[in-house]
Amino acid sequence: MKIGVVTFPGSLDDRDAARAIRLAGGEPVALWHADKTIKNVDAVVLPGGFSYGDYLRCGAIAAQAPVMKTIIKKAAGGLPVLGICNGFQILVESQLLPGGLIRNEKQHFVCRDQKVRVESIDSAWTSAFQKDEEITIPLKNGEGGYIATQETLKMLEGEGLVTFRYLEVNPNGSMNDIAGLRNQRGNVVGLMPHPEHAVEPGFGPDSPVAMRSGIDGLKIFQSVLGAVVNA
Amino acid sequence: MPKIVVQVMPKQDLLDPQGKAVAKALERSGHPAITAVRIGKRIELHYATAPTDAQLAEAKKIAEGFLSNGVIEDVVEVSIEQD
Repeated sequence: MKIGVVTFPGSLDDRDAARAIRLAGGEPVALWHADKTIKNVDAVVLPGGFSYGDYLRCGAIAAQAPVMKTIIKKAAGGLPVLGICNGFQILVESQLLPGGLIRNEKQHFVCRDQKVRVESIDSAWTSAFQKDEEITIPLKNGEGGYIATQETLKMLEGEGLVTFRYLEVNPNGSMNDIAGLRNQRGNVVGLMPHPEHAVEPGFGPDSPVAMRSGIDGLKIFQSVLGAVVNA
Repeated sequence: MPKIVVQVMPKQDLLDPQGKAVAKALERSGHPAITAVRIGKRIELHYATAPTDAQLAEAKKIAEGFLSNGVIEDVVEVSIEQD
């Protein structure tokens, strides 16, 4: 099971994403922003970071990269694509997901272990969760405020496309506490917090069991392995 | 240098945290008449020779499609500017 991880100039969490895929039982494949090929991978992760230095708008220049042209085309055909943080920004700039992400309401870069609820399990990336499962994964962003028109919000809520919702604290002023979304088909998912940083005991968020033992992010990567097997 | 200037502003009804922070600083430094600040972008597209009408039309397309994001921003001006 090959899962591609794209590296853009300024990507930071590409190796963490590759490690998460490996720990979930998949084979990570490095993809390059300037290539058109995605090397016959079964799914793609757009990792976090600051692609192109966040110039123009976060994710805007990455959305024009040659590799994205191929990914956008294949996503329309059902290829599972996950965008984490900057990857989520790239997905909205590519119009694979609706809405936009703007600077955090209070201007600060926020870094915390964030509780979120998995509200939709009808996606390639969330099928291994229970509906409404509450998970804790790290969040670290400066421009994570989700915004959309009232019309779009109504559509997202009505069709059950809000996939992750912030619990307890809304860290960035996101409308409706939206932390992540999926498309109608369920193959494209984007979220602001970082599941790839909660995949191995000893290196994750604190949990009630022990310090740094949280591995709630692992199921995201396990989900897609199941989804690709069943496809 | 002949150029086309594109001006982009955050949408009126959206929170502009940057503008809000600057407005607060102005209030603190004693400018009570200023009630709000909004911060946008000025982008210059340079040309070797004076841009044609077709190039202006092309620049408008670029402004809407790439230089701005219609979800969060409005293009408020695309015009040819002479030095």
